[in-house]
Amino acid sequence: MDAVIQFLYAYHQEIFIVVLATFLGFELIASVPSVLHTPLMSGANAISGVVIVGAIIYTGHATHWVDILVGSVALFMATLNVTGGFVVTDRMLEMFKKKKTKE
Amino acid sequence: MNEIFHLQQNIEFTTAKTILEYSYLLSAVFFVVGLKLQNKPDTARRGNLWAAAGMFLASLMTILLQTDDQGHGIRNLGYIFLSIGAASVIGALIARKVKMTAMPQLVSFFNATGGLASALISFMGFFETSLSQKGTILVSLLGVLVGAVAFSGSMIAYGKLEGKVGDIRSGIMRYVNMLLLLISVAFIVFLMMVTTHSVTVTWLMFGFLFIALLYGVLFVMPIGGADMPVVISLLNAFTGIAAAFTGFLYANYMMILGGILVGAAGTILTIVMCNAMNRSLLNVIVGAFGGSSGVQGSEGGVIKEIQPSDAAVLMAYSSKVTVVPGYGLAVSQAQHTVHELEKLLESKGVTVKYAIHPVAGRMPGHMNVLLAEADVDYSKLVEMDDINPEMEQTDVVVVIGANDVVNPAAVNVPGSPIYGMPIIRADQSKNIIVMKRGMGKGYAGIENPLFFLDQTRMLFGNAKDSLQKLIEEVKSL
Repeated sequence: MDAVIQFLYAYHQEIFIVVLATFLGFELIASVPSVLHTPLMSGANAISGVVIVGAIIYTGHATHWVDILVGSVALFMATLNVTGGFVVTDRMLEMFKKKKTKE
Repeated sequence: MNEIFHLQQNIEFTTAKTILEYSYLLSAVFFVVGLKLQNKPDTARRGNLWAAAGMFLASLMTILLQTDDQGHGIRNLGYIFLSIGAASVIGALIARKVKMTAMPQLVSFFNATGGLASALISFMGFFETSLSQKGTILVSLLGVLVGAVAFSGSMIAYGKLEGKVGDIRSGIMRYVNMLLLLISVAFIVFLMMVTTHSVTVTWLMFGFLFIALLYGVLFVMPIGGADMPVVISLLNAFTGIAAAFTGFLYANYMMILGGILVGAAGTILTIVMCNAMNRSLLNVIVGAFGGSSGVQGSEGGVIKEIQPSDAAVLMAYSSKVTVVPGYGLAVSQAQHTVHELEKLLESKGVTVKYAIHPVAGRMPGHMNVLLAEADVDYSKLVEMDDINPEMEQTDVVVVIGANDVVNPAAVNVPGSPIYGMPIIRADQSKNIIVMKRGMGKGYAGIENPLFFLDQTRMLFGNAKDSLQKLIEEVKSL
């Protein structure tokens, strides 16, 4: 119980953001047409790579070699998620766009 | 003198921190605008670039300006640039080279990497946190759990979509999974009560990580083919939530916002997919389909085959043809062939449309990307609710590699496992041509009465070959 109170107290600002971001997320995405579901999912997936920032901070302050190694692996994975995700989404959306100019 | 120097140093320090924090705010705005633009096909590509720009800005500013409590900037730049550089090249190459038909696998794979990164950062964060800071400890444990499940679950989903991992369908699985979830919770509760870091605690953390990974594997194992769109959306949401937990660890609002936006996107898609199958999320996860209940008995009837030449005549002299694509189209990679047939028929004055069921294929919107790759105009892709009222005026419906999404048992047979699932009403059209490899049942293992209707003709064979034959026949008319 203590832990929960501590958690709620220590993170009240973060929780504020979480609640509002949830509403914002639902509002933003609820109206996406099903034609765009795959690119949306893949583009959102790339955004979940924001953990890249955490990985940079972690690796950037690590001193022990184990920490540097784990941090680098995490950074590698996060970057793969970000780059791969954005590039593949762009590739999909490029296909959707082409038809417009052709007609 | 000394004091002034101190103040100046402080101001410099503060300036850097301020610029960094406002860069994060800007990045967050980029994410929001980017997602907003992804609402429309015309602006979606720009939206994706906005989000990418936000990510680039946040990463760059972190490397340049981030400092810890002692004012130390980011070190180990060699390792950082090496990791980022290598992953960027590899990621871009994979994303460029992989075939469009392998898109569901690819999305799962990238989802897995993000989950792993979050799990690792949360895992290490645990050891850097004093055990008296219970809030932070809880966040790191949840980050490990959700990140690890997203990682191993996505890897299994990847393996299934590649055809390398089979399904485990067993009633025991639900109890095993329930047990694993309970063990995970027990680990969290116990680790929250520990007061000092020790070797035992380290081992416990590894045990916890292992259980979380195992849970991810076993959670996806029983879930089969047609339910993949639900699982992929759900795992997508998990990765976002895991990233948000790491944002808690670093008190970084941008990471929280980004993660939660993804969590919301994944959740919405999960709900949409579940609704499209008229099933609850729990029902999908427990895997209630497997093996059919014998409710529908011997619907039976006579199967009537059709030859490509007759099918070609039927289609070419229709005024309205609707194609219902399914996973079979993706498997035989017939998207280009079907588009060719569409153009040919259109040149003969036939109106051709595609009826897209929300859960056709293996991920949300799968058929749309597949047909977009083949240059099919997206205005020809019609959603289920819009096409159904037109079905009675449709001359020919061509079902290619789809089964359950056109099964009228969902409407007519109250005892059927798929009863209540919204379907494309192919059964209401004047003629139906079903392209199938054989008489095998669909994923749900349910007899499809559509195949036995008077107006239905079966065209057996690989979808691509059948379509090619049709094209030749139509050309020679």
